[in-house]
Amino acid sequence: MAQSNTKHQILVCQGTGCESSKSAKINQALADEIKRSGLSDTVRVKTTGCHGFCQQGPIVVIEPEGIFYTGVKEEDAPEVVKSSFVEKKPLERLLYHDPATNKAMPLYKDIPFYSQQHRLILRNCGGINPEEIEDYLARGGYTALKKAISSMEPTQVISEIQRSGLRGRGGAGFPTGKKWEAAYKAKGSPKFVVCNAGAFMDRSVLEADPHSVLEGMVIAAYATGASQGYMYVLADYHLAIKRFNLAIAEARKRNLLGKNILGSKFSFDIDISQGAGAWVCGEGRALLCSIEGKRGMPRVRPPLSVEAGLWGLPTCTNNLRTLASVPLIIDKGADWFAGIGTEGSKGTAVLGLTGKIVNNGMVEVPMGTTLRKVIFDIGGGVPGGKRFKAIQTGGPSGGCLPESALDLPVDFEALSKAGSIMGSGAIAVMDEDTCMVNAAQGFLSFCRDESCGKCVPCREGLPLMVQIIDRITAGKGKPEDMSRLVEMSETLIQGALCGLGRTAPNPVLTSIRYFRDEWEAHINEKRCPALVCKPLVNFYILPEKCQGCGICLKSCPAEAITGGKRMVHVINQSKCIKCATCLEKCPTKFSAIRKVSGETIEVPKEPIPVATGAGAK
Amino acid sequence: MVTETDVRKQTRDIIAPLKGRQILLIPAMQAVQKKLGYLPLEAMEEIGEMASVSPNTVYGVATFYAQFRTKPVGRRRVAVCRGNACNVRGSERILEVIERALNLKVDETTPDREYSLETVACMGACALAPAMKINEETLGKLTTKTVEDLFPKKAKQEGKSEK
Repeated sequence: MAQSNTKHQILVCQGTGCESSKSAKINQALADEIKRSGLSDTVRVKTTGCHGFCQQGPIVVIEPEGIFYTGVKEEDAPEVVKSSFVEKKPLERLLYHDPATNKAMPLYKDIPFYSQQHRLILRNCGGINPEEIEDYLARGGYTALKKAISSMEPTQVISEIQRSGLRGRGGAGFPTGKKWEAAYKAKGSPKFVVCNAGAFMDRSVLEADPHSVLEGMVIAAYATGASQGYMYVLADYHLAIKRFNLAIAEARKRNLLGKNILGSKFSFDIDISQGAGAWVCGEGRALLCSIEGKRGMPRVRPPLSVEAGLWGLPTCTNNLRTLASVPLIIDKGADWFAGIGTEGSKGTAVLGLTGKIVNNGMVEVPMGTTLRKVIFDIGGGVPGGKRFKAIQTGGPSGGCLPESALDLPVDFEALSKAGSIMGSGAIAVMDEDTCMVNAAQGFLSFCRDESCGKCVPCREGLPLMVQIIDRITAGKGKPEDMSRLVEMSETLIQGALCGLGRTAPNPVLTSIRYFRDEWEAHINEKRCPALVCKPLVNFYILPEKCQGCGICLKSCPAEAITGGKRMVHVINQSKCIKCATCLEKCPTKFSAIRKVSGETIEVPKEPIPVATGAGAK
Repeated sequence: MVTETDVRKQTRDIIAPLKGRQILLIPAMQAVQKKLGYLPLEAMEEIGEMASVSPNTVYGVATFYAQFRTKPVGRRRVAVCRGNACNVRGSERILEVIERALNLKVDETTPDREYSLETVACMGACALAPAMKINEETLGKLTTKTVEDLFPKKAKQEGKSEK
């Protein structure tokens, strides 16, 4: 509970990212230090959920000043406390430094990663203690629920959501209001509301602001007439489960959940259903099978889940971020929400920035923001001075888009036109070291492994497609392989039963469409331009650079290197497993190992003495 | 050694409090696996009986979901994430290094039951990619170096005994 004379708060992030960097210990160390310094009356240490800037974690923020500390360690606690509250001067060493200018940026709001975001769904993430309902209430939490129950009919709630233009954040972008209306009109009782918390951004929101999701679920239940809700979350997401369970208990205590909510006739309760790990369960119907305790398999539609879902009863399934948007819309009105975003895609998008990008983490931008702004201005671009090559949007079944697509807006239609999807909102950035054939192979293999096996195009088609790509990356590709892959992709798009099967070929199709030259190099020249595909690369030790130190020989797991003291080492190409260990271990002052594709380098067949005077200098 | 009757009794004890609920199967399987570490055949038979479904159905569910295991695992379960973000950031190399260090392939357990190796679809720690878990502890931003340092001794022992 906040003391009345609390002047400052230290917010310590305990999202999954920061927690795995031992932020619980940092929290304790700070609390101890505050006590020791006699500041307990004015400074309070508070646990928060994810700030989204996981790259810089563990994150500690001093409020109300908004000082943002990054990469904080347990032993930093005394210095943080001293500088922030005794000397009242931010601790330079732990501040965020702009990578371009190396200037320290003390304040949260000035950091480009945050200043260019528009945080609605993430409004409370990092700012409140997810384990205290008071924190959520203090920020206007549950006012939307009160408003809906006390002054709106279910149909009015539905039409408000319809007018807002809110579309499902889980992938397909189905209009939420329309789904709610169908669920409201569906005959059958009881009705259910299911929240799908599948993606990593969903996990973060659930960990950081569970009540906003809970409030959204209760409003959805009120609008559709549901009496029971399920939060579907992976059993592995321990922290999210723990915090949502706490949120449920708190909400029940305050009559925000349970029988006769807020004194009305409306009753609704929520259980957590712990998913056992199957990617296909992100698909609506497969998810419901999983809750029912069956193998998670999609089925033919109609009937739609809103009419015949869980145990054959009307079920409204929404993505977590969709539901977290609902309280805001009810609170601030449909017009306000519809004023953000583009013509067809309203509101904001929560994107997970991953891959070869400087600022890994979770961001929220208005729909319509260009990918370039997201990747470069907010995400900080590609690290290590490497060249940008491609981005994949929407998860493993999203398309791989080239640099020319970076001016596309984040918008359901625009991404789909370019051959990709909005999907889960995940964005994976690939740099020049990525081979696009290998990338397509990886994504497609993932989909193959996760195929539920129900329908033939997906179950049989994906393994065959992977086989073809395996052949191409092994240097045995045939000229007709590309057109065969395209043809099989089309069969899948037309014939697969669910959205996951239909989108699975996206990475292959877009990779062929935008990076054809790389496919041609693999097939026609047996060459991997990015030096990734193992069967197509070779490692050589350059005799003019090798100083015979023997480090590579000792570390080679395949015992493929021969040499001796002051002898130029040689790699036996037939034994080499191309693990690149030698390349990593060769001291940079020698840099004697070369990795090539499609060419051979003339080197001695047997170790020869190191030429004196050459190399090292 | 745990006998077959022990497994049956343990299973019944674990799932008894869950009885009477409509959604029984998966939570029951999760509870049993949490205690026993995996789902022995006898446990699946017991679960099936209490949930009024055939053991085949239980087995079908067990093999469908990544979480369930029908074979015993090591005391330390190493799970490498092969989700999208980790894939792009080189999880394949990480897996290779671990495979070599532990002398294990995916879904195998060392003979001394100390380590088992598995992959997971996505563990939701994408900003820490490439990531893995050892039991419940998440380890992120892995490099081949950090992974090598995690299992150094093992690598030498196994490597030598092999040859």
